[in-house]
Amino acid sequence: MKLTLAQVEHIAELAKLALSDDEKARYQEQLSAILEYAERLQTVDTSAISPTATVLPLRTVMRTDEPRDSMSREDVLVNAPQAEADCFRVQAVLD
Amino acid sequence: MALYDLTIHESLDLMRRGETTSVELTQAVLDRIVQVENSVQAYLTLAPEWALEQAHQADERRARGDADGSASLLGVPLAIKDVLCVEGLPCTCGSRILEDFVPPYSATAIERLRAVGAVLLGKTNTDEFAMGSSTENSAYFTTHNPWNLERVPGGSSGGSAAAVASGMALGAFGTDTGGSIRQPASFCGVVGLKPSYGRVSRYGLVAFASSLDQIGPLARDVRDAALLLGVVAGHDPRDSTCMPLAVPDYVSALSACHDLKGIRVGVPREYFISGMQPEVSEAVRAAIEVMHKLGAEVREVNLPHTDYGLPVYYLLAPAEASANLARYDGVRYGLRVDGDAMWDTMRRTRGAGFGNEVKRRIMLGTYALSAGYYDAYYVKAQQVRTLIKGDFDAAFRDVDVVVCPVAPTTAFKIGEKTDDPLHMYLSDVFTLNCNLAGICGISVPCGFDDAGMPIGLQIMGSAFGEEAVLRAAHAYEQATEWHTRKPEIPIGEHLEASLAEEVDE
Repeated sequence: MKLTLAQVEHIAELAKLALSDDEKARYQEQLSAILEYAERLQTVDTSAISPTATVLPLRTVMRTDEPRDSMSREDVLVNAPQAEADCFRVQAVLD
Repeated sequence: MALYDLTIHESLDLMRRGETTSVELTQAVLDRIVQVENSVQAYLTLAPEWALEQAHQADERRARGDADGSASLLGVPLAIKDVLCVEGLPCTCGSRILEDFVPPYSATAIERLRAVGAVLLGKTNTDEFAMGSSTENSAYFTTHNPWNLERVPGGSSGGSAAAVASGMALGAFGTDTGGSIRQPASFCGVVGLKPSYGRVSRYGLVAFASSLDQIGPLARDVRDAALLLGVVAGHDPRDSTCMPLAVPDYVSALSACHDLKGIRVGVPREYFISGMQPEVSEAVRAAIEVMHKLGAEVREVNLPHTDYGLPVYYLLAPAEASANLARYDGVRYGLRVDGDAMWDTMRRTRGAGFGNEVKRRIMLGTYALSAGYYDAYYVKAQQVRTLIKGDFDAAFRDVDVVVCPVAPTTAFKIGEKTDDPLHMYLSDVFTLNCNLAGICGISVPCGFDDAGMPIGLQIMGSAFGEEAVLRAAHAYEQATEWHTRKPEIPIGEHLEASLAEEVDE
């Protein structure tokens, strides 16, 4: 399963990773090798098998709808790269 | 014996009898750190002043008569892998993207350890975001194996394993997603336990793969591991993947038996492959023989889907990681590299902040989850995961524990496997399936190779079957002396006269 450079760039964009040309070439090769190796799964008959997303029997764990204290705003912002007026400061999200 | 070489239970005995104090013990460990940390480099952050403060408080608590048995780790100095949040200490996850991150809260496991009086020494080195099998993927530096400084300690909990092996902590916690507690434990000659998925709360553990991650202990003997497990295990309403199951008294379960009569031990032929280091398979076979002599009924089991574990893991874990690491975008915490606009900033931040292995896995996972490939890769892997789990479910109907090697080799040389990612991934072949199936597994020392490097024996048990695993491991351990050997580490130059508080690089 050989990935094309275009595919590598597409994946990098989905994952929002800025990559150098060197990195793109390297990952193209390495990812292709790993995916090649993963092809062996195609030989397993899983037609009657349901996927395992979690090994536990727990599903949709609920709690009572009671308000509780949450983390203080100060704590929430303490590691912010940029904070302003009690908010995280970011660049414009919408044009 | 030096105080820093004691097991946790030995140190507790001495403290209870008034023959030593937590301050004395903690100081001994800190002095040991000054002696060997320059050579081993297990720690990313050391907090010596805070540790001595905690030790002092522990001694006071003990003097007040507070040690009613509930303070089960009172005064014991431990190391914590740097993927677990400890309020006020940096949590870098071995990454540059979290270099300045200081969590404003502690993980549930940490809160539980502190509640019973444990003394936290600092944060240990790890492969970046726990992705790796050698600790060479740490963005900061590589930890060295205390048994041979030119070799890796294993990974990703290499710092924790090395700290315990070299006397720089009496015990430690690590995390295991594909073998990251068991394999470094094996490489460093210590005990390492991965609890069943859902046994220990993941609240406050920086997530790598949410359906696979578990926090677990590294220690000098099985009894210590049992003690440490008992403290952190149990339901936590803050982690919806934590099972509401009572926690047995793991330590009493050990003291009850000294043999393996009535225990059925399964040996899977699929785990003795060609290409393994001969001394490893010999040591494991010899260990199985010891278990047989202790009264265990040894029989062969079949785990036919074993070989699919590696490709399944290297699709599922990266897929989950790609989702879990999406949060590192320079907004709420961590590194931020400014770009022209929002997306540009995120791309640059992540491109600069993540190391190669992390980027590789994010890409792999993103691809496996992307439109057009989701069914062929992600869903397919999940289906094969069902089959792998099914193999163990079937085996555990016939046996109580499954015994096999931890890794195909002993600790390899630093730099030996860094060129080829797939080659590195192969170190995990024997440990991955345990995580995929969600069952528990332990590594206990079972010998040394011709170069003096430790070999680990893996004992796996069914989900929430830690008691059988601990019992088998303990009986084997007590019938042998591997766990009593310690590495000889050349004493390095002294660290700075005052160990830098809070930050060490």
